[in-house]
Amino acid sequence: MRRRILPGFGISLGYALAYLGLIVLLPLAALAWKASGIGFEGLLRLLSAPRTLAALRLSLGGALLAALINAVIGLLVGWVLVRYRFPGRRLFDALVDLPFALPTAVAGIALTNLYAPNGWLGAWLEKIGIKVAYTPLGVFVAMVFVGFPFVVRTLQPVLTALERDVEEAAESLGARRWQTFFRVILPMLAPTLLTGFALALARAVGEYGSVIFIAGNIPMHSEIAPLLIVQKLEQFDYAGAAALGVAMLLLSFLLLVSVALLQRWSNRWAERTS
Amino acid sequence: MSARMASRPIGWPRRVVHVGLILVALIFLVLFLLLPLATVFVEAFREGIAPYVAAIRQPEALSAIRLTLIVAVIAVPLNVVFGIAAAWAMTRFEFRGKALLGALIDLPFSVSPVISGLVYVLLFGAQGWFGPWLEAHDIKIIFAVPGLVLATIFITLPFVARELIPLMQSQGSEEEEAARVLGASGWQMFFRVTLPNIRWALLYGVLLCNARAMGEFGAVSVVSGHIRGLTTTIPLEVEMRYNEYDYVGAFAVASLLALLALVTLAVKTLLEWRYGDEIAAHAPGGH
Amino acid sequence: MKSPRMRRVVIKDMALELSHLNRRFTGFAALNDVSLTIAPGEFLALLGPSGSGKTTLLRILAGLDYPDSGSVVKEGEDFLATPARERRIGMVFQHYALFRHLTVIENIAFGLRVRSWRSRPSRKVIRERVDRLLRRVQLEGLGGRYPTQLSGGQRQRVALARALAVEPDMLLLDEPFGALDAQVRVTLRRWLRELHEELGLTTVFVTHDQEEALELADRVAVMNNGRIEQVGPPEAIYQQPATPFVCEFIGKVNRLTVRKQEAGLAAGDWLLGDDPWQGRYPEAVAYVRPEQLRVAASSTQPGWEARLRHIYLAGSVAHLDLYVPSLDQALEADVASEDLSRLGVQAGMDLRVAPRSAVLFPNDGNGNALSEERWIWQARSPVPA
Repeated sequence: MRRRILPGFGISLGYALAYLGLIVLLPLAALAWKASGIGFEGLLRLLSAPRTLAALRLSLGGALLAALINAVIGLLVGWVLVRYRFPGRRLFDALVDLPFALPTAVAGIALTNLYAPNGWLGAWLEKIGIKVAYTPLGVFVAMVFVGFPFVVRTLQPVLTALERDVEEAAESLGARRWQTFFRVILPMLAPTLLTGFALALARAVGEYGSVIFIAGNIPMHSEIAPLLIVQKLEQFDYAGAAALGVAMLLLSFLLLVSVALLQRWSNRWAERTS
Repeated sequence: MSARMASRPIGWPRRVVHVGLILVALIFLVLFLLLPLATVFVEAFREGIAPYVAAIRQPEALSAIRLTLIVAVIAVPLNVVFGIAAAWAMTRFEFRGKALLGALIDLPFSVSPVISGLVYVLLFGAQGWFGPWLEAHDIKIIFAVPGLVLATIFITLPFVARELIPLMQSQGSEEEEAARVLGASGWQMFFRVTLPNIRWALLYGVLLCNARAMGEFGAVSVVSGHIRGLTTTIPLEVEMRYNEYDYVGAFAVASLLALLALVTLAVKTLLEWRYGDEIAAHAPGGH
Repeated sequence: MKSPRMRRVVIKDMALELSHLNRRFTGFAALNDVSLTIAPGEFLALLGPSGSGKTTLLRILAGLDYPDSGSVVKEGEDFLATPARERRIGMVFQHYALFRHLTVIENIAFGLRVRSWRSRPSRKVIRERVDRLLRRVQLEGLGGRYPTQLSGGQRQRVALARALAVEPDMLLLDEPFGALDAQVRVTLRRWLRELHEELGLTTVFVTHDQEEALELADRVAVMNNGRIEQVGPPEAIYQQPATPFVCEFIGKVNRLTVRKQEAGLAAGDWLLGDDPWQGRYPEAVAYVRPEQLRVAASSTQPGWEARLRHIYLAGSVAHLDLYVPSLDQALEADVASEDLSRLGVQAGMDLRVAPRSAVLFPNDGNGNALSEERWIWQARSPVPA
């Protein structure tokens, strides 16, 4: 047996594994076990129910769209915060983390209040014919809110480390500013941007607290998948809830794998040393 | 608003672009982030200070505050011990399945909060694995405080470990080896070398872990059963009041959580600014 | 209980016996059947390129790694069974591993403060010993600083003082000068040698810098691919290298192929006279150091015809870049700069060149040099330079 140099291998790994086993693995095993209770046919019936499909489409489609918007706005905000100096920059930089820090229930009621027909923004948007609260658009707004910090925070260190001389080289070769951005900077940022996109996506797909207030939860219209799980639980349909939970887990797993593949492709020029 | 690039002089067309970009970014931040935060306080004080204070001093609110503190006081230290143990094992030793362990630690971040609650219902609920046994022994986990604690632990499990692992990886084990050669025992090494080296990152992790533990809604909502005064934490109290159209009450209690968020952000920014290199490069924290 | 001073005298008589150590990491052997005796009080250098296993060997001595097989015995006892913290070893890490949250004084006192209360010196004694060490490493007045507030050379001395504070039986240094710039390196090197002579402490240090090893150590162990190629005093390593690797790793060297001919071994016009292998090997490799090449302007001298392509003047020594057409090979010869004008050489001239001495290894026909058949050749009549 190899002697370990630093002490505490057995106790630290043992403790970590036992803890993970009890807190994470055992409950997930229960989930899989319960879900298998309804059988393959039952699962199909559940997943092909129009209401389930509508909810999954809203959760998934909304999350994808929100992550996309977050990638664009996150890039803009990250760029501005890293590259430019202006009064209050530090304050705004700290503000970016607000969606992380603000409990989802608080964010949920605040957004609802803001975008409700009589709210500060809602009243104004109503005038130009846009309804946000209690519509799929409201779900989308809440998803953008909770996913916002991910793209900015993943991009910032990379933007800071981005060598200014590469841009200068491009400019010295006659590239215009926008050409430099789209041909040099953006490709270099792409893998990181994808990471941020994936994180924002994963967050938004499963989001519950900040969405349910503003969604209005109208079946077939503005009802999200996690809410369906809660409803099934309230009707004591444990197997159905578990099956839906497993389906959602698989879905987000699939999404993350495809983003990882995409990332690999966009990072194909990077040196792979490890 | 004056915008300038770091060093070189720039012409006015580019200046206009810079100012434009800055304005767009700031308008977005204000409308999208600052406004919701402001709403919370404005709504909470809509009818003045007295109704605000009264809303918070209701017994349900007070018991929700107490329960939230209890849950955090149990969940956070447990995850701190786990985080330190996991980081120690992951960064100081080589073993098979290390990558898998790392993925497992991150797992709770990619699971919907509702599912995080659901799994415990399936484990300990009336129809769950241990349900019948628990009922026979008259132990209540789901729709009781232990369930709230478990769901919170699950949700906040990665925070401390994720702060510590990259830092301890980059610090390496030379200092600990030096302590061993100089005759330090295992615990002396830990308390005199390891812990001082990771203290700020640890505090950072605790801060984020605590903010999430106190503010968690989805997972807790599933296991709570919403029994007023017994199993409602502050976020659940916010929900119940809001659904009862008690807006001032809901926003008053919510303002406490918003305040917690602001304090968390302030301390976090301070830590990053003051001890940036001792916290190390970390992935953005949190679900 | 004996005083520390008394104990050191006793320990001086104990050698450390390392035998047949093997250590594999995934994919390569860091140590391959390494045996070595470390004499008490000696200053030993482990010299080799990176990946040669020298650091692994040092870490095994420190108790920071363990061999897969083999033994380390001290005073008849299994040294490997002693945990790191009880080995009475002072170790200076490559990057010093100073505790970044402790001041210089707290760093140095660490090893004393972590002792159990029974063997822990009093606060006053610790303070005195730290002060003495600060003076010894010439860092008086910097005791209150943190490691980040020190220069590289100062950090290195703090690391040394911290290692010495526990009054170790043996001092281990991993690339002690690796992270320092050239100037500081030379000063610290001399200082370390003086310190060793003063303390008489068994010292083992790891380096990839041959100059450092040859200048500092009493004995040098040259390592390559997990094996010890040669152990010996610096003169022997330099003048009688045991293997082709040692020849090539230590100093600069010219490499020639020598072939069997009717009159014995020869390379071009250079005849070695007899053949110690009595014709068993058709070919051998000869290593000739640049300063062992005799250069003459007169064409009457024996040796090769060579063209002087360039003179690289490096202070007191001049490196001559020569091309020998009969070997179709470039050679380098070193002469004292002041001899240049005496010899009357300048670039472009034709010269006569001949080795004064060479180290030869026969070739087994499969391209492997046979170290055990080494032959050190000397020119018959010592010729004037």
